[in-house]
Amino acid sequence: MLKIKDLHASIEDKEILKGINLEVKAGEVHAIMGPNGSGKSTLASVLAGREDYEVTAGSAEFGGKDLLEMAAEERAREGVFLAFQYPIEIPGVSTTNFMKTALNQVREHKGLDPLDAVSFLKLMKEKMQLVEIDQSLLSRSLNEGFSGGEKKRNEIFQMAMLEPKLSILDETDSGLDIDALKIVANGVNTLKNKDNATIVVTHYQRLLDYIVPDFVHVLYKGRIVKSGTKDLALELEEKGYDWIKEEVDATI
Amino acid sequence: MSKDNQILEEFTSKEYEHGWSIDIESDQAPKGLTEDTVRFISAKKEEPEWLLKWRLDAFKKWQSMKEPKWPNVSYPAVDYQDIIYYSAPKKKQQLDSLDDVDPELRETFKKLGISLEEQKRLTGVAVDAVIDSVSVATTFKDKLGELGVIFCSFSEAVKEHPELVKKYLGSVVPTGDNYFAALNSAVFSDGSFCYIPKGVRCPMELSTYFRINAANTGQFERTLIIADDASYVSYLEGCTAPQRDENQLHAAVVEIYAAKDAEVKYSTVQNWYPGDKNGKGGIYNFVTKRGICAGDNSKISWTQVETGSAVTWKYPSCILKGDNSTGEFYSVAVTNNYQQADTGTKMIHIGKNTKSRIVSKGVSAGHSQNSYRGQVHVMKRASGARNFSQCDSLLMGDQCGAHTFPYIDIENSTAQVEHEATTSKIGEDQIFYCTQRGIDEESAVALIVNGYCKEVLNQLPMEFAVEAQKLLALTLEGSVG
Ligand SMILES: Nc1ncnc2c1ncn2[C@@H]1O[C@H](COP(=O)(O)OP(=O)(O)OP(=O)(O)O)[C@@H](O)[C@H]1O
Ligand SMILES: [Mg+2]
Repeated sequence: MLKIKDLHASIEDKEILKGINLEVKAGEVHAIMGPNGSGKSTLASVLAGREDYEVTAGSAEFGGKDLLEMAAEERAREGVFLAFQYPIEIPGVSTTNFMKTALNQVREHKGLDPLDAVSFLKLMKEKMQLVEIDQSLLSRSLNEGFSGGEKKRNEIFQMAMLEPKLSILDETDSGLDIDALKIVANGVNTLKNKDNATIVVTHYQRLLDYIVPDFVHVLYKGRIVKSGTKDLALELEEKGYDWIKEEVDATI
Repeated sequence: MSKDNQILEEFTSKEYEHGWSIDIESDQAPKGLTEDTVRFISAKKEEPEWLLKWRLDAFKKWQSMKEPKWPNVSYPAVDYQDIIYYSAPKKKQQLDSLDDVDPELRETFKKLGISLEEQKRLTGVAVDAVIDSVSVATTFKDKLGELGVIFCSFSEAVKEHPELVKKYLGSVVPTGDNYFAALNSAVFSDGSFCYIPKGVRCPMELSTYFRINAANTGQFERTLIIADDASYVSYLEGCTAPQRDENQLHAAVVEIYAAKDAEVKYSTVQNWYPGDKNGKGGIYNFVTKRGICAGDNSKISWTQVETGSAVTWKYPSCILKGDNSTGEFYSVAVTNNYQQADTGTKMIHIGKNTKSRIVSKGVSAGHSQNSYRGQVHVMKRASGARNFSQCDSLLMGDQCGAHTFPYIDIENSTAQVEHEATTSKIGEDQIFYCTQRGIDEESAVALIVNGYCKEVLNQLPMEFAVEAQKLLALTLEGSVG
């Protein structure tokens, strides 16, 4: 589904991603871990099409298409979803209205008619239950005054609404209390099927107890320096990153 | 008639005889503005003597006044002698089908979601009898007639209800109020008149759309709205469809009179031709709008969505004379390319416990300049007066400008006045958040701007609000990327 080869990206002439290689197949869950500032969010943003970053080398293919050629909205319509580490506030625009606009543009891209009000509401209700989010939150201005946890839950709600092929969850677990974490994880798991894939960026093994990854990668200084199974996450939890850093720094 | 009056009459009509140099049979006045032009217009409209005098008085005042230079706008000097002040109302050219309409205009209609029938009406295509707006208007008028509501063209009102016109015309905006109001008073062409009798709650939105004879009110429009004791009316002016006009200068006057316990809601969408992308052409819109809350507990609420015109100069105001009266001003002013807008409001608190609320949302894009100018004046007698003002500016790009000029005069120490102002930019973050969800950039901007203007748009009647939202999006088209 997603094939990243030797991806380099920089911002303001500072190279952040220094040759990322990663393949994600349909039905898989990949976890990306790594110390602060290693480039996890950058990778997520580059994949989602944020224009501030300049891709200087490498390629990314999504569903057989050149991902890097596409504008952000095209990527989204093709099924790339990013749950933001820091969701953005849009005053005066409710989540409901936001989702209606987004969903209909995605549907249009797929050659589908816009959803009528009744069907849209039905879909909303169903997805609201999935992430146990309250109607009143969805009527408020998007992310404005939301608590940290509410923002994250709202991201997953949006993901549920849009049913993407590839979801990238950037530290969706941070700021969530234990109950919320379970709810969000349960939402992600329910949405999972053999045709979609998930990349979870996290610092904590805890989330991976609930969203069990097929692969775990460690990102350090803009490269994936180690990959393994979920056991790698356990090992990191126990030992921290120093041993990996030492290994890597010794070879540079 | 007293002897003095008789002499005066003779004298003035003599002057009239001599001074008369314009052919009354002509369909249009020659270029330029003299006393004769004023007489010509009045004669053409078969106006009563008092109205002619009123116009002439305004003309004299205008002659002694100077065009204001304080607004934060600049435009080439207007040659007032190079304007034709009267032409007979022309029928719009009848087209056979919408295929004959300028494709660019049709594209705009489509984007605004204006129905085919409405498109035909706006472009002068013959309309099927069933949906003919005139027949709609007639039914509409009958219904209003039963309630005693008067809603007609200004000229009609002069003929049918001279006592009302005479009593209220100029009572809120006097002839010499300002340069453009004086000009309008001298040469106004036509406009709307509306009277709501005591205790009547007008059951429908009064829209200029439904007024018969609404065509071609021209560049100097005059509107007078009178709400008698305990009455209510919601009045809509303008339409979202782009309006072109060969006349570059527009100077309208709107007067609203609210008696005891009366409420008037005035909503307008202004979409005059703003000029092209380089700022060529476009209409100068210099408007005086003012309402007086004359009676206790009365309320006047202005809501405006300003997207058009090359230069806009407009300050819908409220004189809060009655005790416990309320004035509101909700405004969205969007400027793009080389548009300039200097708009805001004045709230004059005279009565006790008067309240005013100002919510102004400016959006500037391109090379445009957008100024909010507002005055809150609390007079000595106005104990317990309260005002809340919120003036927000949103900038798109870095070539445009937003300015705020708030003036606050407090003469009564019990007054409570609150002023908040913000300036923000549409964030790249916000746009990316939208595009990441599959929303294209233009829709993203539209969504963000509509959200930003929500408090104002919420004041508009439902259908109008929907159209206004689309209009905002259209005005800002091409302002990102
Ligand atoms: N706009 C920018 N200008 C300069 N440097 C930037 C910019 N954006 C990101 N960076 C830098 O890029 C590096 C990678 O940042 P990124 O946000 O991808 O890290 P991360 O792995 O997601 O970290 P965290 O775990 O703290 O979320 C950091 O050193 C950061 O300071
Ligand atoms: Mg990060």
